[in-house]
Amino acid sequence: MRVALFVTCLNDTLFPRTGRAVVRLLERLGHEVVFPEAQTCCGQMHYNTGYRREAQKLAVRFVRTFGDADAVLAPSGSCAAMVRDNYRRLGAPGSRLAEEAAALAPRVYDLSELLVDVLGVTDVGAYFPHRVTYHPTCHGLRLLKLGDRPTRLLSAVRGLDLAELDGAAECCGFGGTFAMKNEAVSAAMGSDKARHVAATGAEVLCAVDNSCLMHIGGTLDRSRSGVAVLHLAEILASTEQEPARL
Amino acid sequence: MSDSAFLGMPAFPAAARAATGDAQLRHNLRKATHTIRDKRASVVGELDDWPVLRAAGAAIKDRTLRHLDTYLVRLEESVRAAGGTVHWAADAAEANRIVTGLVQATGETEVVKVKSMATQEIELNEALAEAGITAFETDLAELIVQLGDDHPSHILVPAIHRNRAEIREIFLRTMRDWGVPAPDDLTDDPRALAEAARVHLREKFLRAKVGVSGANFAVADTGTMVVLESEGNGRMCLTLPETLISVVGIEKIVPTWSDLEVFLQLLPRSSTGERMNPYTSTWTGVTPGDGPQDFHLVLLDNGRTDVLADTVGRQALRCIRCSACLNICPVYERAGGHAYGSVYPGPIGAILTPQLRGTSSELDASLPYASSLCGACYEVCPVAIDIPEVLVHLREQVVDGPGHRAEKAAMAAAGWVLDDEKRLGAAQRAASGARGLVPHTLPGPGSAWTDTRDVPEIPAESFRQWWRRRNKGRDKGGAE
Repeated sequence: MRVALFVTCLNDTLFPRTGRAVVRLLERLGHEVVFPEAQTCCGQMHYNTGYRREAQKLAVRFVRTFGDADAVLAPSGSCAAMVRDNYRRLGAPGSRLAEEAAALAPRVYDLSELLVDVLGVTDVGAYFPHRVTYHPTCHGLRLLKLGDRPTRLLSAVRGLDLAELDGAAECCGFGGTFAMKNEAVSAAMGSDKARHVAATGAEVLCAVDNSCLMHIGGTLDRSRSGVAVLHLAEILASTEQEPARL
Repeated sequence: MSDSAFLGMPAFPAAARAATGDAQLRHNLRKATHTIRDKRASVVGELDDWPVLRAAGAAIKDRTLRHLDTYLVRLEESVRAAGGTVHWAADAAEANRIVTGLVQATGETEVVKVKSMATQEIELNEALAEAGITAFETDLAELIVQLGDDHPSHILVPAIHRNRAEIREIFLRTMRDWGVPAPDDLTDDPRALAEAARVHLREKFLRAKVGVSGANFAVADTGTMVVLESEGNGRMCLTLPETLISVVGIEKIVPTWSDLEVFLQLLPRSSTGERMNPYTSTWTGVTPGDGPQDFHLVLLDNGRTDVLADTVGRQALRCIRCSACLNICPVYERAGGHAYGSVYPGPIGAILTPQLRGTSSELDASLPYASSLCGACYEVCPVAIDIPEVLVHLREQVVDGPGHRAEKAAMAAAGWVLDDEKRLGAAQRAASGARGLVPHTLPGPGSAWTDTRDVPEIPAESFRQWWRRRNKGRDKGGAE
């Protein structure tokens, strides 16, 4: 299958290794990845902070860039949810944006959905001999309703020991600009999440969103916990020949 | 809506910062919210048809609000036909004036109160006090708040921020100023505390000639008011006095008793986590020889018609004040109710208060941002209010207003960079070039991040640079 990668602006700029892992994983599974170079950002930060006009412009760009794709992969639960759930609110009912966004929405996937639902695979042939715990991010859990797709994929990874996370469904406190505007509450939520992560004894915290991982990982690093954070794509891309870098 | 009690309160982030530093408060809140949230999850999980009930609750409220003018007139006619008197109050001042006048007409200087959010919202107790009338709160938690000269911090459990040791101290110190004192040997055993409150309140019930209440629901067809409570203290106030005055928001209407059936299932399970509500009182006008012989209904607008005019925000008027959104909210759990600067704290307060009061004060403009948009509130809301959607909608209103110049400039700049892949690429190359220069702790606004979190390392090359390099290599037949 030909998959159009929407790498997301955050991954593009700060976490390119997640994008590279997606490419490696999908090509290993025999699929073609294309990267439309006109892509930039889904507009989530602007939308969530109340900057509707800026978000609208970015939504128009996104729909124009990816409108023809058979499948769009966004390796970020919140960006996938932005396109699927919020674009319909950005265009007036009956507007071109609203119609094009509605037509595109069913073809936009998070990585776990693309693998499990579209490509029909749960064992991707990965090898990752570490104890891992999984944080189901709010957008993945409540908007995309990913359910157990990510943990089914992780459970099929050879050598991986999956540890259950206490209070998993609770928000980590990132919330985009919330992390800056309400930094005290955000930090309090982050430190509680980090405490639960550390209690699992896991070496690695995994999620489908690097923005949440940046926040929890930054908190874990500050406390010198020794727990690494990895996007799901990086664990699934990991093999004996090319292990993921911790 | 009057803001006198909360006037001068800091904006949400500052108040919340203080609360997160209060270990006792965080412990009290965590314990209480998690207990109620678990009870709710357990009894909601028992019902296979919960999603259908929830959809029905939302649909009934929406339909009623769409034809609110019709139902309000019908309610007025029904109450009058049943022997009650109906008053219309456009705002808090008018409602307070009406209630004060009605109490003065009885010649009484005391009233007993049923727990009511509407009267808290209009600050009726303060208005009555100015006229020399003392209002006694009779709900146990409201009594604790009143005796402690405090503000409520939760819709269902107004004294949730207090533990039993603090309650004992408040009872011992202040009960004597209000009536029957607490026994000198009072312990912090919950039964002992409840008994002290019971003895203190019993005297008020037996003496009171005027009762003041709100209502959870008002049935338009029959003119019936409905109050749900857990203690029986409300029923004392609704039955023993000679005069009963009910202050009810205009959004509390349900058309018929069969509509009520849906909410009598939704509300107890969502609020106290009970299958059935312990004390459900209903009254219709006046019944000769039984209960209050003089009944007044004060229908309160106080900003509600403005909320109704907003097609996105109006879903907040579906709210049945269950508090499920407060109990699930990770922000409320850490910030506490007082940080919201209103009688409506938590997620529902963050969308209701800025709609009722506007966003002109710094506090009210900060409320739509008092959320990480995690969506847990929407998931538990028994009338499916999409709180994150309304929060974002209100953020748009704040952004369209004055102020926030630095943020607007930064957002416009980010928007400009992101609206062109070449500009984004140039910005990424600039960041990579400066990657060795990023300090461990950032100055100015950046410190909001680095005070508690490390910053991620900036990579040597962006994804799009890697992609281009890789494809060039492939075109030449080289390896990745």
